[in-house]
Amino acid sequence: MSFEPKITAFVCNWCTYAGADLTGTSRIKYQPNVRVLRLPCTGRIDFMLLAKAFARGADGIIVSGCHPNDCHYTSGNYHARRRWMVYRGLMDFMGIDTRRVTFSWVSAAEGARWAELVNEVTTTVRELGPYQDYKELALAGVE
Amino acid sequence: MSRIGVFTCHCGENIGATVDCAKVAECTRSVPGVVHSVDYKYMCSDPGQTMIKEAIKEHGLTGVVVAACSPRMHEPTFRAAVAQAGLNPYLCEMANLREHCSWVHEKGEVTTEKAADLVRVMVEKVKHNQPLHPIKVPVTKRALVLGGGIAGIQAALDIADAGHQVVLVEKSPSIGGHMSQLSETFPTLDCSQCILTPRMVEAARHPNITLMTYSELEKLEGFIGNFKATIRRKARKIDEKLCTGCGLCIQKCPQKKIKDEFNEGLGNRTAIYVPFPQAVPNKPVIDTANCTFFKAGKCKVCEKMCPTGAIRYEQEDELVTLEVGALVLATGFKVMRTDKFPEYGYGQDPDILDGLQFERLASASGPTLGAMKRPSDGKEPETVVFLACSGSRDRSKGVPYCSKICCMYTAKHAMLYRHKVHHGKAVVFYMDIRSGGKDYDEFVRRAIEEDDVQYVRGRVSRIYRDGDKLVVKGADTLQGGAPVEVRADMVVLATAVQSQDGSEELAQKLHVSYDPYHFFAESHPKLKPVETNTAGIYLAGACQAPRDIPETVAQASGAAAKVAALFARDELTREPVVAVVNRLPAPQFSYCVGCFLCQSACPYQAIEQEEIKGRDGSVLKVVAKVNAGLCQGCGTCVATCRTKAIDIQGFSNEQIFAELMTL
Repeated sequence: MSFEPKITAFVCNWCTYAGADLTGTSRIKYQPNVRVLRLPCTGRIDFMLLAKAFARGADGIIVSGCHPNDCHYTSGNYHARRRWMVYRGLMDFMGIDTRRVTFSWVSAAEGARWAELVNEVTTTVRELGPYQDYKELALAGVE
Repeated sequence: MSRIGVFTCHCGENIGATVDCAKVAECTRSVPGVVHSVDYKYMCSDPGQTMIKEAIKEHGLTGVVVAACSPRMHEPTFRAAVAQAGLNPYLCEMANLREHCSWVHEKGEVTTEKAADLVRVMVEKVKHNQPLHPIKVPVTKRALVLGGGIAGIQAALDIADAGHQVVLVEKSPSIGGHMSQLSETFPTLDCSQCILTPRMVEAARHPNITLMTYSELEKLEGFIGNFKATIRRKARKIDEKLCTGCGLCIQKCPQKKIKDEFNEGLGNRTAIYVPFPQAVPNKPVIDTANCTFFKAGKCKVCEKMCPTGAIRYEQEDELVTLEVGALVLATGFKVMRTDKFPEYGYGQDPDILDGLQFERLASASGPTLGAMKRPSDGKEPETVVFLACSGSRDRSKGVPYCSKICCMYTAKHAMLYRHKVHHGKAVVFYMDIRSGGKDYDEFVRRAIEEDDVQYVRGRVSRIYRDGDKLVVKGADTLQGGAPVEVRADMVVLATAVQSQDGSEELAQKLHVSYDPYHFFAESHPKLKPVETNTAGIYLAGACQAPRDIPETVAQASGAAAKVAALFARDELTREPVVAVVNRLPAPQFSYCVGCFLCQSACPYQAIEQEEIKGRDGSVLKVVAKVNAGLCQGCGTCVATCRTKAIDIQGFSNEQIFAELMTL
């Protein structure tokens, strides 16, 4: 059986979740590999959540929120963006392939963009293969 | 032990055709903690909701998951139903099987599996949900209106007529704003003062309105329904209670050559003055920068002349603190000065005016009493050139936007000029004519057809003085760019409308966002045009973007309606999705170590410092505390907190981790 990646998406309630809803209302089809977790804002998304998702065996992660300047909470997405810059460096240092985490902006009006994003990420992660190192993360106590 | 009920909806064919709902219900039944799992055709229908209510009672459910559409659609519906059954509404969550699954994937096992996954995620979340209670905050039913132009006056009157107290704060000595400076208004050419001054008087006399002119907002604290405003009442140097506004002091003041702001520098005023004869309140102000007594220590003519002894040279600024529930921002605009146009006669030529100066020149109450006289020598101008889009829609001047009102007022100016100087020639250089509005296009047409105003499409490259005349060089783009040269007596630049000076500082003081041009930004450009992203602060008029009088008045009434709706309630209820700092028994009290990283991350200034004191009153620890009234529940603080002392209700770490564990 071919490998089907597990993608966990952390999205904000106002832009990307609504955007993903629009993908639905527009009946745009995309890969069923993604599981969406709704949060109030990308500013809420913690390193720990991403680490935990990996530790639970996610093969890829999407973090997506409102476009810069469009944050429902004024500046949450800027915090998220800054945090992502740090996290990416940390991931790289730890030897995790940074291609496994995709940070993106999808607005509430970009239904098609959400479908595209999920398909892109699924394809990339499928090529990267299963994320096995989670076992190490789990042993390290993240789990 | 949790007793969760899962209700899977077919949404007719919407979910049912793609997802095997019966199988989802079946799979979920075996999840630990789930005691009841069913599927039904329309969960949101009356029978569907009844099904949930009955199951809650029958099975003694402690949590409910409705697997149906997006929570953005029906979460309130199901939460209300759950509440009716006596369960806390925040113990109900929705799994999004429609928008995120059945509508976006093909029919098949994988899709049903995903649906079951989505349900399991929510089941795990619900297990960790806490009963929450809406936050109630009291509302102070008094509004603060900043800015006493037509926007502020209209908003104040509407709020006051709704029966609420209003404080109208204006920084200049009189209310009236830019509208009081206008000669006649488009598209009806009725006199601006005639329609405005009765409004001004009405505002001053309204029992619910307190006027604070010559005052500025110093500080604003608090949150919707509970603001605390500090207002600086600048010293007028007169006792307002004693002053009768007789004007003797003004007549006798020896300083008579001060440039008059109200007349845009075209006239003079005295050092003790009222901005214009119809000022409200009609009480003078001493301009201490120009007063002989304040500069040289002697004069006091006004004090000697005042029949009521109202002059108070020693008067100081006063700070007044007010409790208010809402704020309307109506601070207006300014026009770009002509000195921004070096190519147009270096902006120094006295016969090159801006739009507001021309308004004063044409006004019956202006420096020339309405007679058309050019500033340099008082001669009647035979030819006047009007330049639309001076600065507007011009990236090189930093104003790429359209100033919206210039097309209309330029047509009006040309008409006013033609009405006063019948043999005169009026030429308008324009880029486009943007005259959208009721009777607006007809108005411009009237200027062209009835008043013989000559319209030339093209920009002017240069203006220079040649003896008595101003030579205006431009091109007519409708004639293939043919050069046009007009020898004019006077030039009026329709300069760009810009945000008021200091609007950036004010926006920062109020935590209101602003656009790159420092106009205040609305909460949503289409659906929330009068709200700002700070709850309880509303916008009216040209402080948001350039706008004309009818639109300003309509928006001011809109802002007033928002305030009235807010004040219709005694208490505000808010979603309890807010951050909380954890509390532990002594001696830790809290995991919070008082680093206050959360404070710097919070966009709403909702994090306060709290001292934890011992029995002897000594401070044991300083920890963070969330002001639930200000917190909007974004959770940025949660991600910032290093000790995980802060968490957000409804999206707690525990809940999200529980969700993650199912994946």
